[in-house]
Amino acid sequence: MRTSAVAHAVRRLEYQKYASFIALVVLFVISAFLSPFFIRPANLVNILSQVSYTGMISLGMAFVIITGGIDLSVGSLVAFDSLLGVMFMNYIMGSVHNELVAVILGILAALAVGAATGLLNGITITRGRLAPFIVTLGTMAVFRSLALFIGNAGEIQSQSNIYGGFGLINILFLPVPVWIMLLLALALDIVLNRTRYGRYLCAVGSNARVAVFSAINVDRVKVIAYTITGMLVAVSSVLLSSRFNAVSTSNTGMGNELDAIAAVIVGGTPMTGGRGTIWGTIVGAIILGIINNMLNMLGVSAYLQGTVKGLVIIGAVYIQRQKA
Amino acid sequence: MSETLLETRSISKDFSSVYVLRDVNVQVIKGEILGIIGENGAGKSTLMKILSGIHAPTSGDILFEGKPVYIHEPLDAKRLGIGLIPQEFNLIRELTVYDNVFLGSELRRKNGLLDKKAMMTKTRELLSELSVNIRPEERIENLSTAQKQMVEICKAVSVDAKLLIMDEPTTVLTQHEIDILFRLMRRLREQGTTIIYISHKLKEVKAICDRVIILRDGAVISTEKIEDLSTMEMAQRMVGRALNQVFPEKGTPTPDVVLEVQDLTVPGVIENISFKLHRGEIIGLAGLVGAGRTEVAETILGVRKAEKGRVLINGQAVAISRPADAVANGISYLSEDRQGSGILVNFTVIKNITLVSLASYCRSILRLILRQKERASAEAHARRFNIKAPSLDTRLEFLSGGNQQKVSLAKSIDAKPAVLIADEPTRGVDVSAKQEIYRLINSLAAEGLACIFISSEQEEIIGMCHRVIVMRQGRATGSLEGERITEEEIMYLATGIREGAA
Repeated sequence: MRTSAVAHAVRRLEYQKYASFIALVVLFVISAFLSPFFIRPANLVNILSQVSYTGMISLGMAFVIITGGIDLSVGSLVAFDSLLGVMFMNYIMGSVHNELVAVILGILAALAVGAATGLLNGITITRGRLAPFIVTLGTMAVFRSLALFIGNAGEIQSQSNIYGGFGLINILFLPVPVWIMLLLALALDIVLNRTRYGRYLCAVGSNARVAVFSAINVDRVKVIAYTITGMLVAVSSVLLSSRFNAVSTSNTGMGNELDAIAAVIVGGTPMTGGRGTIWGTIVGAIILGIINNMLNMLGVSAYLQGTVKGLVIIGAVYIQRQKA
Repeated sequence: MSETLLETRSISKDFSSVYVLRDVNVQVIKGEILGIIGENGAGKSTLMKILSGIHAPTSGDILFEGKPVYIHEPLDAKRLGIGLIPQEFNLIRELTVYDNVFLGSELRRKNGLLDKKAMMTKTRELLSELSVNIRPEERIENLSTAQKQMVEICKAVSVDAKLLIMDEPTTVLTQHEIDILFRLMRRLREQGTTIIYISHKLKEVKAICDRVIILRDGAVISTEKIEDLSTMEMAQRMVGRALNQVFPEKGTPTPDVVLEVQDLTVPGVIENISFKLHRGEIIGLAGLVGAGRTEVAETILGVRKAEKGRVLINGQAVAISRPADAVANGISYLSEDRQGSGILVNFTVIKNITLVSLASYCRSILRLILRQKERASAEAHARRFNIKAPSLDTRLEFLSGGNQQKVSLAKSIDAKPAVLIADEPTRGVDVSAKQEIYRLINSLAAEGLACIFISSEQEEIIGMCHRVIVMRQGRATGSLEGERITEEEIMYLATGIREGAA
């Protein structure tokens, strides 16, 4: 008698866990029927590589959302990080005359800036006891504005030839950014599900007061989540600026925060925090990518694509809540 | 007099094929106070939810005043004159008393705007009818728990309730407030209102009810006049077996002092609290609600900043500024607010049990969790604590209150603390789970754990503690030991009639 209730609960849980995977499969089959070009390997690889830049950001976003927070500043940070990275690289090239060293130092600079800005977000939120939404709304404006100011609202070209190449290399049929996204997902999935930090992350988001009484340093857990997000943003920035070998201060990263949040939510992580899924987030990002791709192939106006994306997000959350 | 107000005919209810109620036949007689008792999970709350329209029965009929009725939603119940006073208050803190009383049935003027004056007057009348002294324009957040309860009753009565259902109304009340509530209930009965009273506290059921219905495993076990049943018999029928000695034999504390508290003071909250706690000793903190007992615990744990005083562990002064420091120093806390600061309801049994002590289940710099070790430890606790859960991977929201509390206790002691502060360890827990919790704390003490036992139930304090510190208004008014721990002595000290030697 009792066991059947449990079996029921377990089924419900499993459903929730795999809902986004099922949605992906369904979407994949429908797309394959709608367009013969869809299942061509070149197109699929193209979808993955388009998704990978915001995909890795959404992994950090998943951590932040699990703590019950949000990070709206990631889009602006993509512009800010890549701008500082490329400018630093150009500066080093002018003085050292060793291109490889300059590229490496530029990348390290971008990563350092990413970590520092994430840390700043986290510390402001925890020390200041401010709502994550407010703080990151503020830093979103700040970093975009700083990027525009420093870059004179224009495009900054990289002066390196090596830099512009590595983001496009294929390894085993897949471009480097896709591999990096998958490796990061692998690592963060282990962090979330197998380590103490991952457990604490869920505990903090589930009930911060219980976490405090359970001897967990809640502030530190949160700060680390925002810092990880900042670093992932930096990785994405480096790959993105490498792809164009340039940074556009006004366009780069525009709207990335919404795409990242959407991927997390569509992937099955609840906005209320307390639990979440890394692979689900990747699936969420791919679902959004496929929808984009299909709308393009079917010749739907680019202006209408936002409407479809928006409805998918709302629908996904609605379905999850119904089954929860 | 013995006219039937409400009758259920073989009501059954299942949740996805698990029966929670089976063929329940209940008669409620007009103008009586009917007690319904049973262990956690016996089906009391489900039955009441069916009567008030929150759940629909799977099968069976309800007759109200002799006519079959269908109660599909709370509004139907309201129309029939059935009012439910839930365990958790349904009041909006930011609104006034009269706003809350008329919530959902506001009085309006002809132009459609709220007629605040009329609502205020009507509320004042209702309150004075109940002889309750609360201003109608007071905000709910400024009221005491008991006053909030009065407002809930007022709200239920305002729609001319013929049947009032009270679900565990006294859990959060002090003895004085309970007396007021009982007076009010008797007056309502005189005015012709019928009351169903659900409670774990058998003494109170004995004191206030006319008849009592005992539920066990979703079925009615017996229906008796209250004078035909002693509290002991009630408890035995609830559990379905004879209850032996409720409290285990007290052990003997050792002379080594584990924890010493000196002159702990938080201005306006607690004042000069000092005591020594020995290995294997259970020391009780007694007093009325609001006497500052939980605050003493919170100060020791570093949740509150002490202005003066210090805490010594094994004779060494320690600096504790947050619960993590307390745990590091071997002090664990079992919270009185189980769901608010004790357990994570959406975490599994395992993950809850190891939350405080997670560091000891981790390996390498990556802090990977050793899942098998974690599971083995949780299994050991589940066996020792007799935690009834479908599996250790079940989330706590699916467990009964008593089992949640056992998990909470397991969580508190998994880090093998030297000191356990157990704050209301049996709140909202049924008779047999209570007994198990007493046994556990007692056996832990026998193994050398020192325990601070905070409770509002004097029986527990008397049955469990070697020594009792009674508090009143943030101060220790006296300390009792051995034979001197009696209900009267505690009450004298708690109410300030006498100040004993500290």
